[in-house]
Amino acid sequence: MLKLQGIESGYGESAVLRGVSMVVDPAKVVCLIGRNGVGKTTLMRTLTGQLKIRQGRMSLGEQEVTGWDSVKRARGGIGYVPQGREIFPQLTVKENLLLGLEPCVPRSKVFPEDVLALFPVLPQMYHRQGGDLSGGQQQQLAFARALASRPKVLLLDEPTEGIQPSIVEEIQDVIRGIKAKGETSVILVEQSIEFVRSVADYIYVMDKGTVVAEGVQDAIDMEQFEHYLTV
Amino acid sequence: MEMTILQVFNGLSVSSILLLIALGLAVTFGLMNVINMAHGELIMIGAYSTYVTQGLFTAYMPKSWFDTYFIAALLVSFVVAALIGWLLEMILIRHLYGRPLDSLLATWGVGMMLQQIARFIFGAPNVAVTSPSWLNGGLAITSSIVLPYKRLFIIVLVALVLTAMYLYIYRTVQGRRMRAVMQNRNMAGCLGISTRRVDGLTFAIGSGIAGIAGCALTLLGPIGPSIGTYYIVDAFMVVVLGGVGKLIGTVAGALGIGMFNTLFETYTSASIGKVLVFALIVAFLQWKPRGLVALRTRSLD
Repeated sequence: MLKLQGIESGYGESAVLRGVSMVVDPAKVVCLIGRNGVGKTTLMRTLTGQLKIRQGRMSLGEQEVTGWDSVKRARGGIGYVPQGREIFPQLTVKENLLLGLEPCVPRSKVFPEDVLALFPVLPQMYHRQGGDLSGGQQQQLAFARALASRPKVLLLDEPTEGIQPSIVEEIQDVIRGIKAKGETSVILVEQSIEFVRSVADYIYVMDKGTVVAEGVQDAIDMEQFEHYLTV
Repeated sequence: MEMTILQVFNGLSVSSILLLIALGLAVTFGLMNVINMAHGELIMIGAYSTYVTQGLFTAYMPKSWFDTYFIAALLVSFVVAALIGWLLEMILIRHLYGRPLDSLLATWGVGMMLQQIARFIFGAPNVAVTSPSWLNGGLAITSSIVLPYKRLFIIVLVALVLTAMYLYIYRTVQGRRMRAVMQNRNMAGCLGISTRRVDGLTFAIGSGIAGIAGCALTLLGPIGPSIGTYYIVDAFMVVVLGGVGKLIGTVAGALGIGMFNTLFETYTSASIGKVLVFALIVAFLQWKPRGLVALRTRSLD
C-alpha cells in the first residue's frame, strides 16, 4: 500500500533521515521502533508531506506521491494522529471531528457512526473546546478525526505517550480493532515493546535516521530490538 | 439628560466608525498576524470605488435610480477591495508569512504605491461623493436632539457587517477551515485543508471589509488619496487594545476608544482629548499587554 525507497529529509540545513526504505502491505500493522531522536517523528512528518522529500521515492497504492504536499496526501488517503495530538484548541470537539471529514473525496458532511461508536465519550463533549480536554480525551478525539475519512494508511505517532493507563487500554483496543477490520494499513510508532509484540505484523527498527533492522516479529530476535531501544 | 443622550450617541457613532475601519484589520492582523500597513489604502480603494460607482450611476442610469447607488457601491467597494487584497496576498504577503518586519515594510511600500496610483487616476485634490437623499436629515428625538441618519446608518452597517462576519467565522464550513488554519497550520494541511486557499480568502475578506469601511467614510466627508493614513493608526489601536484574535475584543476596543474620546473631547479640546485617549491606551497596555480580551494561553500551547 505504501512504499518508500531511500527517503531523505530533514529540517533546514540538517538531514535527519538518511535513506529510509519501507514497505507497508494493505491492512497490515507495521511498527516503527527506536530510541528518541533517531527520526521516527521526522519520518511521520515526511510521510504526511509537512517536510519535503529531498531524495528517494514514495508511492501510495499505485500512485507516485513523492512531490505531493500535505493537502494532496491527506486527500490521497493518509490519515495522521500526530505526537502531541494537535487538536485545534479553540474549536469545539464537534468542530474538530467535522474537520476530520475534510480529506473526503467526494465531500461528506456526515460523521460516520461506526467511528463515533469507538469513542463513546466524545458525543458527550461535543460543545467543549478541544483545548479543555484531558490528554487521553484529546487522543481519542485525534483518532476519531483521523479515522473519519477512512484513510488507506493511518500514521500513529506514539499514541499512548503521556496518557492515563485507563485510556491507554482503550486506545490499544481501538488499534486492534482497526487491524481486525482489515481496511486500513497502520504505521505505529510505539515505545511499549509489549504492545508492539501484540499487534505488529512487521517491525522496522530505526537508528540514526535509517532502518537498521526489520522483520516479521516471530522471525526476529526480540533481544536485538531491546538492544536498539536501550540508551 | 439631553447632554447624556447626545454624549452616548456621539460615543456610539465614533465607536462604530472606529470599529468599521478596524474590523478588516481584525481579520488580517488579528487572525492572520500580518502587519498590513496597506490597510488604510484598502479603505481608500473602497472610498474611490464608491466615487466611481456614483459617477457611473450619474452617467448611465436614470435619474430616479440615483439614490440606490449607495447600496450598489457597498457591494462594489467590497468586491474591488477584496480582489485587490487577494492579489496582494498572492503576489506579496504569501511569501512573507512569519516575517513580520518584512511584511510591515513591504505592505507600507504597497500602500504608498496605491496612493500614488490613486493620485494618478483621480488627481491629488479631494473629491466629494454626494450622499443619497434618504440619508440626509436626521431622526428628531426631542426638539433639540437630532440624530443624523448618516451616523445611524453607519451604526446599523457596522452591526450588519459584524453579524455577517460572526456567522461566517463561527457557523460556516469555510469559517471552520479558516479558524483551523489560523490555530494550527500544519495540522490543518494534514487534514486536507488547502491552507493557501484559506489564507487568500481570509485576506480577501479582511480587505473587502476595509473596502466597505471606505464606502461608509464617503458619507462623512470628501475623500482623497491619503485618506487611509488618517485611519490606519486608529485601526491598529483598536485591534491591539481589544486583543488579537477575537472579534469581541475588537468591539470592546472600539467602544472603549470611541466613548472615552467623546467624553474627553467634551471637557477638553479635540487634540487634548486624543492625547488623553492615547495616554490611557499606553498605560492600559503596560498593565495588560495582551489587550482587553486575551486568548487563554494554556490552550495555545
